[in-house]
Amino acid sequence: MTTTPRQIVARWSGVLAVVLFWTENAFAHVQKGEAAGFLSGLKHPISGLDHVLAMVAVGLWGAQLGAPAIWLLPVAFPMVMAFGGMLGLMGVPLPGIEYGIAASAILLGAAVMFEIRPPLAVAAAIVGIFAIFHGHAHGTELPPGQSGLLYSMGFVIATGCLHGVGITIGTVHRWGWGQKFLRLAGAVVVAGGMFFMWKAFSV
Amino acid sequence: MNLTQHQSRIPIFAAVIFVCVMSPLAAEAHLNSTGMGPIYDGLMHFLMSPEDLVPVLALALLSGLRGATYGRRTLFVLPAAWLLGGSIGLAASASNGSAIISAVWFLLVGGLLAADAKLSLRVTTALAVMLGLYHGYLNGAGLGLSISSAAVLLGLIFAVFVLIALAAAFVVQLQASWARIAVRVAGSWIFASGLLLMGWAMRSGHGLKPL
Repeated sequence: MTTTPRQIVARWSGVLAVVLFWTENAFAHVQKGEAAGFLSGLKHPISGLDHVLAMVAVGLWGAQLGAPAIWLLPVAFPMVMAFGGMLGLMGVPLPGIEYGIAASAILLGAAVMFEIRPPLAVAAAIVGIFAIFHGHAHGTELPPGQSGLLYSMGFVIATGCLHGVGITIGTVHRWGWGQKFLRLAGAVVVAGGMFFMWKAFSV
Repeated sequence: MNLTQHQSRIPIFAAVIFVCVMSPLAAEAHLNSTGMGPIYDGLMHFLMSPEDLVPVLALALLSGLRGATYGRRTLFVLPAAWLLGGSIGLAASASNGSAIISAVWFLLVGGLLAADAKLSLRVTTALAVMLGLYHGYLNGAGLGLSISSAAVLLGLIFAVFVLIALAAAFVVQLQASWARIAVRVAGSWIFASGLLLMGWAMRSGHGLKPL
């Protein structure tokens, strides 16, 4: 018995219908998207080199300045950055974000390169102002449909870890060669910042 | 079998397929089913719910920073309040938590931890009671009255107790200043997460909806 094209279509339509309408467990909370929400938040800060440079530079600068800046700056940055993120999420506009982010890499890199030692409040204010730009950029880019809480946690943890990387690298400051190395690292951050500033202007 | 007989069975097969396909599976709205019984389900639910877990962890760390007396007070008061809130919630009609209130808890407890706030024992106790009542009530209301609900609630409270015991005891014995600062940094991260959660809730209109 030969199979007609009509019968073939009818059979495969049935299979297709089963696949399309197959019911899965309904997870009313965000369990199914949790990993995606947390992971996307975790990946977001490290997905852009401009953010990475600035955040590592904060850690490097904190390590150069020593206590209490070594922990105050990395604490101030995520908190103010989250405030900027909240503004971005709420749709509060902030002009010149890309310039602000690029400027943060230039100035924070310069602070590391020249080992600038301002009063603690001034250092915290500089870091805080730039953190708003970074946070706002991230907040406006929050992917729709993700778990806000898990995304936020992943995002903050990744930011903190980037500061931690900077602080860890900055521990070489105790040695003479380490101080030179950190200054060189600051110069690399400045160069990266200038590149991103050029990109911001050329858009 | 001729073609007519074959076609006559199509409606039967279609009906069977339709029933199979549309058969609803269990909706796991609140509970993570571990397959190991209601106690473990409750335990896993708490461990897999960051909106419950993180404020408890933050309060445990804060209590630990203040010392053993504070840690012990939180260890017993918070689970007791959770049990009370949960018992009330079991009898209540379903109620959903608010993302904004969750964000406020993150901001409050995370901020206090980041600031290493020198709270009195009375204020710490009040915080533990409020946190336990609120989250316990939500858990209880989510469970609803059933045979296994009490066991789920017990498993959940057991997880709360163990988490507070471990976290507070870990912090109490910390002597190095950098280690205590690291605990405060964790508080700042919780605070920052709360800020972002607040913005997310406001943007997506989830302020009065469940997380």
